[in-house]
Amino acid sequence: MSLLMFTGASQFAAVAIIGAGGNPLSALGTALLLAARNGAYALSMGRIMPSGRAKKLVAAQLVIDESSAMAQAQPTLREAQEAFWTTGLSVFIFWNLGTFIGVLLGEVIGDPMVWGLDAAFPAAFIALLLPHLKERDKRRSALIGAMVALITIPILPAGLPVLLAVSGALVSASAGTQTRGRNR
Amino acid sequence: MTLWLLAGLSVGCYFFKVGGVLVADTSRLSLWGEKFLSCLTPAVLSGLIIVQTFDVGRELAIGALTAGVAAGAGASWLKAPLPAVLAIAAATTAVIRLL
Repeated sequence: MSLLMFTGASQFAAVAIIGAGGNPLSALGTALLLAARNGAYALSMGRIMPSGRAKKLVAAQLVIDESSAMAQAQPTLREAQEAFWTTGLSVFIFWNLGTFIGVLLGEVIGDPMVWGLDAAFPAAFIALLLPHLKERDKRRSALIGAMVALITIPILPAGLPVLLAVSGALVSASAGTQTRGRNR
Repeated sequence: MTLWLLAGLSVGCYFFKVGGVLVADTSRLSLWGEKFLSCLTPAVLSGLIIVQTFDVGRELAIGALTAGVAAGAGASWLKAPLPAVLAIAAATTAVIRLL
């Protein structure tokens, strides 16, 4: 699962739904909704993708929250490319290594909630988000995205609040193009 | 976890990634498009953070998890290295759950 899907949020969502005795179709739907944001990341990463077709297909699998965030936080194209490959590959290796160790140790550790491991993910994403907040447009985008998610969580099925957070970028881009020149 | 579900998940997840890469390849971006894409990552990340911190099945909750994430956020604000941030977040949550 970690090798083939390689997008943590979707993996957790699918396992949680199946584990709770949920419908496989709703597991699939939720996981794919959560995975849709990788498409958005991939779109934004177009400029740093390699040129060869085969390389591109490999690079695509590495497009995740971590690699996109690291790449986008770099000032130059070269550094962005380096950040993308280093982050993507090291997360891929350690994610799968971790999965393997988890399978071996699962019985010993018991419930990961007891160890507070569910807090590690959002905390890591916050660390990834912080470098973005230096720019006004991105700050506004993040703020709106967070508000939209907060408001829609109780109303919409899982996955949709994250997708709707994209509206933060819509608003921010529109406002940003009008006041161009003052940003950055 | 049935095999077809795993297959569907894998294909679907890869589909989005490759789709994004290929579309980015064929289309040239306007100024607005570029702005939009650079704003996309922070928007989706912050949405994801909110969901993973407060969402307990279509309901907002504040508890041990929120406190742990807040502690992690504080640590990363103070430029603590990532492993320390993760450890602080997890430990805070675990300790509060123990109490």
